[in-house]
Amino acid sequence: MSNNLERFSYDNKIVKQFAFATALWALVGMLAGLLVSLQLVFPSLNFDLPQTTFGRTRPLHTNAVIFAFVGNGIFMGVYYSLQRLCKARMWSDKLSAIHFWGWQGIIVAAAVTLLSGFTTGKEYAELEWPIDIAITLVWVVFGLNMFMTILQRRERHLYVAIWFYIATWVTVAMLHIVNSFEMPVSLFKSYSWYAGVQDALVQWWYGHNAVAFFLTTPYLGLMYYFIPKAANRPVYSYRLSIIHFWALIFLYIWAGPHHLLYTSLPDWAQSLGTVFSVMLIAPSWGGMINGLLTLRGAWDRVREDVVLKFMVVAVTAYGMATFEGPMLSLKNVSAIAHYTDWIVAHVHVGALGWNGFLTFGVLYWLIPRMWRTNLYSKKLANWHFWIGTLGIILYAVPMYWAGWRHNEMLTQFTEDGRLQYQFLDMVNGMQGFYALRSLGGLLYVIGVVFMIVNIRKTIKQGNFLANEEAEAPALAKNYAIHGSEHWHRWIERRPVQMLVLSLVAVLIGGVIEMVPTFLIKSNIPTIASVKPYTPLELEGRDIYVREGCYTCHSQMIRPFRAETERYGEYSKAGEFIYDHPFQWGSKRTGPDLAREGAGNNKKGNAWHYNHMADPTSMSPSSIMPRYPWLHTDTIDIDLIPAKIRAMQKLGVPYSEGYDQIAVADLQKQAQIIYDDLKSQESQLLLGENGLQPNQEIIALIAYLQKLGRDLEVAPVANNQSSTK
Amino acid sequence: MKFINYLESITGVSVYPLISLLIFTSIFLLVCIYTFKQSKQTMEELKNIPLN
Repeated sequence: MSNNLERFSYDNKIVKQFAFATALWALVGMLAGLLVSLQLVFPSLNFDLPQTTFGRTRPLHTNAVIFAFVGNGIFMGVYYSLQRLCKARMWSDKLSAIHFWGWQGIIVAAAVTLLSGFTTGKEYAELEWPIDIAITLVWVVFGLNMFMTILQRRERHLYVAIWFYIATWVTVAMLHIVNSFEMPVSLFKSYSWYAGVQDALVQWWYGHNAVAFFLTTPYLGLMYYFIPKAANRPVYSYRLSIIHFWALIFLYIWAGPHHLLYTSLPDWAQSLGTVFSVMLIAPSWGGMINGLLTLRGAWDRVREDVVLKFMVVAVTAYGMATFEGPMLSLKNVSAIAHYTDWIVAHVHVGALGWNGFLTFGVLYWLIPRMWRTNLYSKKLANWHFWIGTLGIILYAVPMYWAGWRHNEMLTQFTEDGRLQYQFLDMVNGMQGFYALRSLGGLLYVIGVVFMIVNIRKTIKQGNFLANEEAEAPALAKNYAIHGSEHWHRWIERRPVQMLVLSLVAVLIGGVIEMVPTFLIKSNIPTIASVKPYTPLELEGRDIYVREGCYTCHSQMIRPFRAETERYGEYSKAGEFIYDHPFQWGSKRTGPDLAREGAGNNKKGNAWHYNHMADPTSMSPSSIMPRYPWLHTDTIDIDLIPAKIRAMQKLGVPYSEGYDQIAVADLQKQAQIIYDDLKSQESQLLLGENGLQPNQEIIALIAYLQKLGRDLEVAPVANNQSSTK
Repeated sequence: MKFINYLESITGVSVYPLISLLIFTSIFLLVCIYTFKQSKQTMEELKNIPLN
């Protein structure tokens, strides 16, 4: 090793920018969450405007918290720790700046488009294709900068935190690209490349691993750097960290199907998801134990140091969430918790506890150091800690209770074998829990405001060090290995090989799960009576996706008596083959809609018309928002031929040249629904322009009436006794 | 839909899970062997990187 010390400086400016961004977006994302939660208590807070209605504000909340708050938190921590662990400045200040401003631009574009109703309708991947491309480009910029920094490092060994960063980068790139395959129709409209069961499998392979590789692995990297720094002692066991890393990234990628237990996904894929989810508990808890035991012999300092307090609760929340996750992946537990607020509680223990508190701990540690001063008020930070902790408890406990009650009420039967409760009875029983949850959220947001004030005051009294001087010897070009060495040490010095191996590790699970489901398309049993959507139904489905109906309504009936009694025959894989994207949903704030147009669930056109204008007119005490704009806005028929052509390219069997006559077909079907509504006009809650055949509500009604209808006519189609 | 329906249609499919299990188990074992064979001194050196 050379003895010549090289002088260089760490770039603190980019860390500062990401730190400010994470604090700002924390506030925005959490305020959006507060609004969303209050909308369930006070439906008038939907304001009868499309941009402020739950189906659009909820994706805004989830995207803002995940990609804006946590995303900027990741970059803040990575840019600070990577430079120090590599003993090198970021390779390019320009790329750092492009990354920062590019990411903020994407966030703003996401907020505007989501509220405007431009969405792919796939949870946590709602952004439309131009933004998906922008994300890919910015992610490449981040990766290039990171890898070049690693390649020009002055520390030979790659510390375990960097492995987590590398695995994060490569896996998120893979997930984002695979899940975002879509067929553009216009600048802000596309259809998922996959359909039905396959779309669901890819989506939850992505969705689960977004949790794994966006909310977990980068934060584990931060944990392995910042807890030792804050506690001023090395990590408890480096051996454990190596096993933790490989076991975690190997196992995580398989676990996605646990989001689809008891759905139409093939049984074997469900079982794989369950097995690997249960196995995940080992590396997850290995990581948690490693984080907590780093503080062995220093627990007295946790009482004094607010940074450590935040970090200890964060790691504990990680432990709780990663114990609960495998439990929820058991089919018998999933049967209770899925579609209920239990999942919402689970997610928020992770988001508020693990991601939130770790970010706050890092901020409280970083800001005084970069501004060369002490924290303005330890007392205020302690208040933040306690009010935040109370907020998490007040959030989670009512939601666990609500989830349990949801399941209990909806599975109760009377002595004569009938369902005891209407869906609405359950909804009305939730109001108190929802209100308490909002209070918990409010406390948590107040804590964040305390933090922002504290940071601002700290900054005011300090002096920012934009370029932190450092010196280290350059790496010797020819590294001499002393004696024998193990193969893993070889990898630990080679970032590119580490990237390739990480990619192989995460590819295996995805390939094994997806290849059989995709290749054997014919084995998803097709149902002869399931027909492609008519142009009007397709348009109605696009409106359904646009308004985010999937955020409250599932379209997937599980094979339980309580569900088949309530909603009808359980869902089959073959029913969804034309669904680009699938709309199975993940939460039932409202009832399942898979058979909304069939059997006992079927309602008249006028019922739907009035229900969408004012849900309480048909279901008193409903908390569903009103959708008055559907009764005035008109269907955009210009795009219909392009939509049909896009569907044809995706394999939907419309006849050759159908795009040319689709509009006429659409108008013909709209006229039938219009005539039916017209005959009952006196009972309708008419919009400003009265009833017109080209209004969006007509298309939505056509779609809702289609749901489940194909299966209902199956016996008729089979025996050819009718040509109706 | 049962697993068998999917499996029957893929030529040589039985080798898929075997390969994956083999890769997973072997890497996991190698990592374990490696970590436990490391000297205490090396581990101390590595875990102190953030503090140096």
